[in-house]
Amino acid sequence: MGLRVLWFVFLMCFSLTVEAYSPRVCLILDKGGKDDKAFNQAAYEGFARALKNLPVSQDSKFVTVREDSQATQFARTFSSGNCDLIIAVGFNNADVAHKLSESFPNQKYVVVDATYASSNIRSLSFQDHEGAFLMGAIAAIKTKSLQVGFIGGMEIPLMQRYQTGFEAGVKYINPKINVVSSFVGLTASAWNNPAKAKEIALSMYQRGVDIIYAPAGASSLGVFDAVQQVTKSGLDHCFVIGTDFNQNYMVPGHVLTSLIKKVDVQVYNSIQQFINHNMQTGLVKLSFKENALDWALDRFNSGLYSKNEIQRINDIKKKITEGRIQVPDFYRSGHSLSQPSSKL
Amino acid sequence: MMQVFEIASFVFASALRMSSPLIFAALGGIMSERSGVINISLEGKMLVGAFAAAVVTYYFHSPVLGLLGGALAGFILASIYSLFVISFKSNQIVTGTAINILAAGIVPLISQALFQNTGSTPEIPMADRFTQFPIILSWVSVVLIWAWFRYSPFGLWHQFAGEHPYALQTSGVDVISTRWCGVLSSGIFAGLGGATLSICLSSNFTRNMTAGRGFMALAALIVGRWRPMTAAVACIFFGLFDAVGITLQGLTLPQPDFDSALLNNFVKFFISTQFVQIIPYLLTVIAVAGFVGRSRPPKALGIPFLKNR
Repeated sequence: MGLRVLWFVFLMCFSLTVEAYSPRVCLILDKGGKDDKAFNQAAYEGFARALKNLPVSQDSKFVTVREDSQATQFARTFSSGNCDLIIAVGFNNADVAHKLSESFPNQKYVVVDATYASSNIRSLSFQDHEGAFLMGAIAAIKTKSLQVGFIGGMEIPLMQRYQTGFEAGVKYINPKINVVSSFVGLTASAWNNPAKAKEIALSMYQRGVDIIYAPAGASSLGVFDAVQQVTKSGLDHCFVIGTDFNQNYMVPGHVLTSLIKKVDVQVYNSIQQFINHNMQTGLVKLSFKENALDWALDRFNSGLYSKNEIQRINDIKKKITEGRIQVPDFYRSGHSLSQPSSKL
Repeated sequence: MMQVFEIASFVFASALRMSSPLIFAALGGIMSERSGVINISLEGKMLVGAFAAAVVTYYFHSPVLGLLGGALAGFILASIYSLFVISFKSNQIVTGTAINILAAGIVPLISQALFQNTGSTPEIPMADRFTQFPIILSWVSVVLIWAWFRYSPFGLWHQFAGEHPYALQTSGVDVISTRWCGVLSSGIFAGLGGATLSICLSSNFTRNMTAGRGFMALAALIVGRWRPMTAAVACIFFGLFDAVGITLQGLTLPQPDFDSALLNNFVKFFISTQFVQIIPYLLTVIAVAGFVGRSRPPKALGIPFLKNR
């Protein structure tokens, strides 16, 4: 009997030494949840792929925050020696992770969409303003009515960063173009209110806006719905620009392009680097250069552009990458470039 | 001038559209509260209604069936609610909150089982959706409920169950079943409101898409003093403020040009979108505080009925 126990212990030790390092990864999603068709879903997909392809512990788990206060609970439980790597998605979760990171200096964190420069946080900071700038430029190139719209989700600095970038992009092509800006709401429910986003979009199209960029989480589905409706009712030069994912397929021919934000790839890469012990912490800026952002051109929308236009858009993208275009960053300047305006 | 007229008519149309789920939910609230049962679970009933309508319409390509499905889902949730609050006499506020949480949780669960997606149901093509019918139906129901309260004996019983249930019992009417009817029909209306949201005002169901409309309906109900017509008008007002807020965003209004900067900022504050958006809530607070006439809830509201008192 004793011998058997000894043998068992021996086996255990053996297996422990031989087994490859398989860290436990914990993912904290923001309120949108894992199927929000936006960055939460992207982060989850990266995590799920890592779970499948990388030697990650199968005890890894993901949670979705329902109330802001829950985030601290989750993050603290995970930080207290439960997880090797904590990935916090979204503004609020990242903030919580940042606060906890000082109390748990040995815990490693990855935060998505935040800008913290700590030694145990890897801050995946997407340069959204640069992406939005390119979307603004594309909208300005394609608009006929010289009026373009912007519908943000909840009115928070991140959305204003998108807005400033978008406006700057429009003005870069033609300063005379009007940008009409709007936000779905002031609370977190603004991310999940397609009916209201649809009304906003209808009101914009009715006033002569022909292209709307809508980074508004699940609410942006309402904008896609609105473009279908106005197209059916006779306004045929109306477009929408998708965000986060390639959404060109959603209303073929009426989605001008999409800003692809490769959160999934970045989350996956971070986990991979963590396993290989070469994860770079601190602020990681991600933009066109790192191939973390891109504009979507596929069979659904390629018919909308001439060769020259594609060339021109790629030129602008290149200029942003090389730093020859300086895109205003709301996080630095703290205010909008110009007040949105239109004539009554 | 022409353009002003155009914008005004658009704002009104938009207000009509946006208020119709509120109207349904407010009617639901009235049906339940006039019979003496507090109903803060409107939000949850709307949510299951919206989900069921989207699912049924997606599978059967018939918006009419979808609407019925939404009503049925609200009915089922309401029957759970009334089982607890009427038959088991549990606390109505707590149970209502529990129902809301139940709805928020059960919908993603079913959605995952059906579509492998907890976030949203698949898109419903435009041909399979309503454009106007639920909006018209909401106003028809307002008139029907109003007439029912006013002219039918059942409507009178209903009101008495909320005002003085023991008097109703004395006159030989079963209070318990009257209240059951109230809460069940409340579920149907709230479900219809949710269905309007998912198969008329949007193209699918997305997670928590009711976005607080159940509570707004409750506010409209209080502003409207528990009467169908006034509550519906309150809903229209809420929708109107929403629509005005939308239109104000991005419009250049003539900038105030007074001598004092304070006055300028003061005027700017009152025409800002944010201010317009808080007006409905402000109005509710004022109405509840009793400044605009008296808003009196049914007397026996929230008090469980004990048959053998």
